[in-house]
Amino acid sequence: MNDLMSVVDWSRAQFALTAMYHWLFVPLTIGLSVIVAIMETIYVRTGKERWKGITKFWMTLFGINFACGVATGLILEFEFGTNWSNYSWFVGDIFGAPLAIEGLLAFFMEATFVAVMFFGWKKVSKGFHLLSTWLVALGVSLSALWILIANAWMQSPVGMEFDPAQMRNIMSDFWAVVLNPVAINKFFHAVFSGWTLAGVYVIGVSSWLLLRKRNVEAAKSSIQIGAYVGVIGILMTFMTGHGSAVEVSRVQPMKLAAMEGVYNGSVGQDLVAFGILKPESERTQDDPMLFSIDLPKGLSYMIDLKGDSFVPGINDLISGRSITSAGDTVYGLSYADKREIGLTAQQALRDYAAAKESGDHKAMENAAKVVADNFAYFGYGYLENVEDAVPPVGITFYSFHIMVLTGGLLFVFLLFIAYLAYRKSALLEKSWLQLLGIISIAVVWICSQSGWVLAEVGRQPWIIQDLMPTGVAISDIPASSVQLTFWIFAALFTALLIAEISIMLRYIGNASKSNIEKHD
Amino acid sequence: MNTLEMLQSYWWLLIAVLGAALVFLLFVQGGQSMLFGKYSIEERQLMVNSLGRKWEFTFTTLVVFGGAFFASFPLFYSTSFGGAYWLWMLILLSFVLQAVSYEFRRKKGNIYGTCVYDGFLMFNGLFGCVLLGVAVGTLFFGGEFTVSKTNILDFGSPVISQWASTHGLEAIAYWKNLLLGFAIFFLARTMASLYFINNIGGAKSFISRMRKSVLVNGLIFACLFVAFLVVLLIQPGYRYFAGQFVLENNIYLHNLLGMWWLALIMLIGVVAVLYAVFRGALDNKWQSGIWFAGFGVAAVVVVLFLIAGYADTAYLPSVTDPSSSLTIANSSSSIFTLKVMSWVSVLVPFVLAYIAYTWYKINAKPLTGKEIENDGHAY
Repeated sequence: MNDLMSVVDWSRAQFALTAMYHWLFVPLTIGLSVIVAIMETIYVRTGKERWKGITKFWMTLFGINFACGVATGLILEFEFGTNWSNYSWFVGDIFGAPLAIEGLLAFFMEATFVAVMFFGWKKVSKGFHLLSTWLVALGVSLSALWILIANAWMQSPVGMEFDPAQMRNIMSDFWAVVLNPVAINKFFHAVFSGWTLAGVYVIGVSSWLLLRKRNVEAAKSSIQIGAYVGVIGILMTFMTGHGSAVEVSRVQPMKLAAMEGVYNGSVGQDLVAFGILKPESERTQDDPMLFSIDLPKGLSYMIDLKGDSFVPGINDLISGRSITSAGDTVYGLSYADKREIGLTAQQALRDYAAAKESGDHKAMENAAKVVADNFAYFGYGYLENVEDAVPPVGITFYSFHIMVLTGGLLFVFLLFIAYLAYRKSALLEKSWLQLLGIISIAVVWICSQSGWVLAEVGRQPWIIQDLMPTGVAISDIPASSVQLTFWIFAALFTALLIAEISIMLRYIGNASKSNIEKHD
Repeated sequence: MNTLEMLQSYWWLLIAVLGAALVFLLFVQGGQSMLFGKYSIEERQLMVNSLGRKWEFTFTTLVVFGGAFFASFPLFYSTSFGGAYWLWMLILLSFVLQAVSYEFRRKKGNIYGTCVYDGFLMFNGLFGCVLLGVAVGTLFFGGEFTVSKTNILDFGSPVISQWASTHGLEAIAYWKNLLLGFAIFFLARTMASLYFINNIGGAKSFISRMRKSVLVNGLIFACLFVAFLVVLLIQPGYRYFAGQFVLENNIYLHNLLGMWWLALIMLIGVVAVLYAVFRGALDNKWQSGIWFAGFGVAAVVVVLFLIAGYADTAYLPSVTDPSSSLTIANSSSSIFTLKVMSWVSVLVPFVLAYIAYTWYKINAKPLTGKEIENDGHAY
């Protein structure tokens, strides 16, 4: 059993490592592909050669980053099989399809047109080259679409039913999977966060050029595009972020409670705008915060735009307590009830297997009905006690608040820069602002990573919400093997990241010695 | 044949076609392995840049092959990937190294130097080919695993697929798998030489060297392939018959004879490859060898996949417990998912068409040293 837990932990660590490295590169790919396409469009429409130079400058940075995203993405896809073998069977019927469609429709589009984008300048017409650049951007977003549909399905499983004969879930409604509201929010949230990130990256790199007083005109033009894309990105990220929170309250109320550190919920629940949790040993459930600035009724308002709704806390969810709009305290299903239901479903599944073995069709039918009636909480049957269904509150709370705080700063920053760029303000020449631009690169990456930490840590212990805990999803491999591959990949990805950053810095550094508007 | 069986066969055919495309595109890896040889700096530049415009196709095909296998036969994904852990991890590792190497190898500030990145390319060239060959070999020569779906209700040990404790290392060490692995490796080198002849212009001495390389690698490949074929055709395997797996001697030979049209396609494929090798080596003006070889390889690989999986043959036989063996019937997705995926597969010709069009555009003129010099994005 210890080894089992250790395999789970190392497999999670390996997946988290790969996913976080992947997400260092991917949002830049998503956003920069659009920015490069806009720049090339300006070149084609105006015919000004300087825009071709600017396009090529950013396209090279895109290429350096693209390679690392591809490399880490390969591992992610195959890890579902290598490290989450049980998961692959239990829900492969639903989860595999988006992955295959992603490969067929999106990856080939990227791979094909990225080659034209890099090598086709003199081989295809201007129009076809531009089309290729846009198709790369489209392909990148399409890849994001399908993998996010798959991820959303894990957070909110819909469109399937359980087949006791094969001990797995079967897809029953493809469109329910694709049009899952969680998926739609998640897609736009992730893609527009990529626009935000790339916008800030372009502003930051251009700020450095301005600081060195090199390629000033190219840098200013780039800032303009970066700022506009960034502003659209951050506005849409905020909007869909709100949508995501509403979805979380609906399908993962425990994640919401952990995000805000709410143990005992109330009507008109406050929102912690900024706060520090007490250390876990000193944290009392009535007063978990060491210090906080609250927005009165903020959380309730955020969920349904009415300040007087009840938001359940961690304890309420465990006990099943809620308060009606009339103010009455009522009790629904507690986690202990759900655990019983899960155990019933699992026992019925055992009965089904035994009946199948002995060829008793009547008993199979009865057992199948019990499984179906109780399947909604199947996963709870695996939990030893109900507290196991609570995610790590600290990480969930802080990742959420870091995301919102840094997102808020970026919002102000991007609006400000976009305004200055629109007015062609002399303020852009100020070195303090340029320094701020460079620093904001770090801020946007912290913001972006926090978002995924929140999404994935906050849903623990579930790999599939309510149906399968992470611990049951694993492969039968020794912990030491996963440990070894973890360290191999950790070393490799870190080495690649260092190389990427070094190449980018050198390339940007060289740009201060040459005129990027004059390309080859 | 009912609808489910038809869809299972259709998807196994698509897996076979993707596998065929992947083996063809391994010419990129074959070419990378040739960087071990002694070439001038200019020649290496030509080789790397010629391959560098195509590597993403191989890579993407590998990803799509994995994704399609997951979507259509999830029990294979769950059993082989989670079981033969080290085999797949080494394959992935070699491809991760490849993914950055083209882009980074000559960029200033790349920290580790061109040699290291070229070393990565060579590593991927050798191990990518051989290990993918080993993985395909397991479809015929099996693995040491058991599948028990009720394990999922066992809290202490919930994993349904259990593999031998060597986790894929035993598959790598098995000579029959390695035979196929090295056959694919030399095939990839043969195709790479043919591709260079097709794609690189001007460098006369290099091209004549490539013609020799076609012959040498082609002959080694032919010997290894014949040996593999002999081993394969006398190999016993499991067929699902009347509710259980039955051991059958010469099962793949029987499948070939039973589906004679497959034997015919295979023969045509072999002839096409041999034609490409001999004419490619001997006819100094001929540049189209890669297409004949490509067509021939694709035909043979499709047939190999089909005799592995069709006619109720276990395509992943379990050496430990025959009843755990995987067939396309017991490992596939549900009829609903296969239908959805089949609708999506209608788009395949469209994808192939734009790949073909851009390939034609990018390769319209042979690659020369001058072009690389003037290309800001050259590798």
